[in-house]
Amino acid sequence: MNLEEIKSTLEAAIPGCSPQIVTNGSPSGQHSLLLDREHAFVAAMFLRDDPTLCLDYCSNVTGLDWLDTETSEKVKVTQLVDGVEKEVDEVRKTRTPGYLEAVYHLYSMQKKHGPLVVRLRTENRTDSVHLPSFTPIWRSAEFQEREVFDLFGIIFDGHPDLRRILMWDEFEDHPMRKDYVEPDDYEYEPTPHDAVLKKALEHRNRISTPDGQGA
Amino acid sequence: MDQQLKIELSQQGIFATTMEELYNWGRKNSVWPLTFGLACCAIEMIATTMARYDLARFGAEVFRPSPRQADLMIVAGTVTKKMAPQVVRLYNQMPEPKYVIAMGACAISGGPFKQGYSVLKGIDRYIPVDVHIPGCPPRPEALIDAFITLQKKIDAQALTGEARPRHLRDDTPSEFPVPTYGAHDLQPAKNPTLWHITTNATSPKPLPTGTDESGRD
Repeated sequence: MNLEEIKSTLEAAIPGCSPQIVTNGSPSGQHSLLLDREHAFVAAMFLRDDPTLCLDYCSNVTGLDWLDTETSEKVKVTQLVDGVEKEVDEVRKTRTPGYLEAVYHLYSMQKKHGPLVVRLRTENRTDSVHLPSFTPIWRSAEFQEREVFDLFGIIFDGHPDLRRILMWDEFEDHPMRKDYVEPDDYEYEPTPHDAVLKKALEHRNRISTPDGQGA
Repeated sequence: MDQQLKIELSQQGIFATTMEELYNWGRKNSVWPLTFGLACCAIEMIATTMARYDLARFGAEVFRPSPRQADLMIVAGTVTKKMAPQVVRLYNQMPEPKYVIAMGACAISGGPFKQGYSVLKGIDRYIPVDVHIPGCPPRPEALIDAFITLQKKIDAQALTGEARPRHLRDDTPSEFPVPTYGAHDLQPAKNPTLWHITTNATSPKPLPTGTDESGRD
């Protein structure tokens, strides 16, 4: 069953479910199925229990961070300039909010096919970062969803034990997010180069200023 | 004691020695390491103890599973920031005299993970290290070399006088503060009494401009 057939099967089986196909332009062409948050859990249950699909094994869960993007386009607008109507170029900026993404790789041990790549997206990457947990469906997702929660900050609703798994409990950030600011400990870099040299020099300049912290 | 006289005496069947020599000879040939591995370097450490390399030839055949019975901590592998407090705690639980070999690029400096968010940039930020071994991972020969270096160091330690080692002094600590988990990093990020910058990295250098090669040391 190819991706289009899976998509139409899901649409027929679950009312209101609107999966989208996310194409992959690379030579591997591993396209994926984007599920909407509201129906994702039911759809995932269907993918596991459908006798022809029978995707009984979730091999991999990972996270992605997509930053907010800003695109600008030039639009011609008529404006009143000194009482005369003129066509003026105006730059309009459209800001697309970023989102966090969880990616699941599903296989069927019984039917020996797969993977089916399933994606879920959060509403944004700040205050609405909830996704349904697939741990009740595939037990193997438990630790990997904890890892995604730890490193990306996606909150999986319905997860039985959502705690940090790699970083310590007192840690406050999500280090795999693209805007993560690492601790400034570049005081000892014997052979710095490229990006490290830049960071080491920034550190040295900071500590050489009077109000800076000592090395 | 005069070395020449000693040789002459031994030719006559008289063995003369000092308390210090005897004591250090015994200590250096019965160093018991702690059974303690953190990453892939531990595999090389295990290989060093096996029949082909046989660390037992140097008196380190018993890897002790308890820090209370160990003399040597081989920090074999990547020390993550999450693991670092436990490493320091294990070190503190070892009785004096105790020694540390930092094995591999990660244990001495953070290695390939130095710029990462999760790896400690060298265990010498929290505990005193006697021998550093570079390598990723170091071969068993390198660990044996480090071990022989440590034996020479033990052999040269004086029992009395100003140069006597830490375990014979009252004014030097044998336990070091265990760092705590902070919101972003370990607190403190290093032990300032132990860890000093050994290069001229503190003097600000201007940003290199011009060719691409100038930025590479």
